[in-house]
Amino acid sequence: MDDKRGRFEALVMPHLDATHRFARWLARSSGEADDIVQEAFLRAFRGFDTLRGGDVKAWLFTIVRNCHATALKQQHRRVLVPLPQEHDEQSGSAVIAATPDPESASIERDERRVLDQLIAALPQEHREVLLLREMEDMSYREIATVTQVPIGTVMSRLARARAALRMKWLQEVEGEPRAVR
Amino acid sequence: MPCAEGSRVQAYFDGEVDAVAAADIERHAEHCPECRALLAELTELRGRIRRDLEYPRAPPQLRERITRMLDEETAAAAAAASPAQPRPAGRRSGSPAWRTRPFWLGAFGGVGAALAASLAFLFLSAAPADPLLDDVIAAHVRSLMPEHLTDVISTDRHTVKPWFAGHVDVSPVVADFATQGYRLVGGRADYFDHQRAAVVVYEHGAHVINVFTWVAGRHSFAERTTRSGYHVAFWRVGNLQYCAVSDAGWDELLALVRLLRDAGASDAR
Repeated sequence: MDDKRGRFEALVMPHLDATHRFARWLARSSGEADDIVQEAFLRAFRGFDTLRGGDVKAWLFTIVRNCHATALKQQHRRVLVPLPQEHDEQSGSAVIAATPDPESASIERDERRVLDQLIAALPQEHREVLLLREMEDMSYREIATVTQVPIGTVMSRLARARAALRMKWLQEVEGEPRAVR
Repeated sequence: MPCAEGSRVQAYFDGEVDAVAAADIERHAEHCPECRALLAELTELRGRIRRDLEYPRAPPQLRERITRMLDEETAAAAAAASPAQPRPAGRRSGSPAWRTRPFWLGAFGGVGAALAASLAFLFLSAAPADPLLDDVIAAHVRSLMPEHLTDVISTDRHTVKPWFAGHVDVSPVVADFATQGYRLVGGRADYFDHQRAAVVVYEHGAHVINVFTWVAGRHSFAERTTRSGYHVAFWRVGNLQYCAVSDAGWDELLALVRLLRDAGASDAR
């Protein structure tokens, strides 16, 4: 009946979770991420006819990233909200109570929060290549498409992002003996 | 001073080099402590990120908003296509019921989804990692007994993949790599980690390789483990946990893992 809508539901909608995750990391706020993703899906639907085969995920992520850039320009950055402080329902406090060893569980949660914060503190050009590679498992070519830079730049940014994150992690965590694994 | 090969080592680690270059880099790393250390660091960092970062789902309200938006767009396009019978948006008699369901239904669904997600999370985080490894090995051994290998026997991925839809909780990568020496034999449902896992079965020469897929929990698995003579490789794609088990050699098993990872990257999840 409605072929375009059907194809959109089948090809694009499955990436909603991943794009929202990416937008959250770009915007560092869940509410802004919602708006960015909605705008991106509108643009994607309107431009869907121009997509001929190709990599749907990279195409969609490119649109999300552009929407974020537009939103940034429009509203000068407001207060920076660090991501970890606004956890969703899934990570409620009930989790701690249900874990057999609350002490080690809380250390683990501390380490997770530190990792979240360190990644959130990376400059965007480092943060995005790192997340696209490690969380979304994208290839260099896909990352180059999304971030609109040459593959060589993707590689050097990825190397610098990894080195920076590792150094900060060592400074932050390895100093505390209890956190050494 | 860092070794000049660092960039190639990173590309090798990210699976971005061909087999010849990979062999070359492996030979280099054998003699270069700098590059060996770099590989270890990259592995550790990736492990930490994939284990510790959240993979949250999009809020159900956002899904609702986008669905409504698409309804309006579709209606506007339909109205533009047939100007003789203009219909106001949102009052399309022909639109399916699910598109116009009241918003509270979505909200209710959202609560259910959140509840299910937190329940799943509790179960997953409570289970220790090692018994799961034993389960995987046991499932592999059990599958080798007569009549236990497959529930759906087919060398056609278009038969195997849809079969999973009704039988397990995940939609794994299914591909036939016959030309590379890994023949698709069929699929099977199994039960792991409190959920129905998908098992795709491949044959490589005389070896059976079981590839298990389930929704990833909080566990971290060593990328490579050998237990009771079986090699076990774990990897993650998005929120799916993959695990390949076989008595085939490491090289043969990891070659299939690479093929599957590549197929998974191009497969729209």
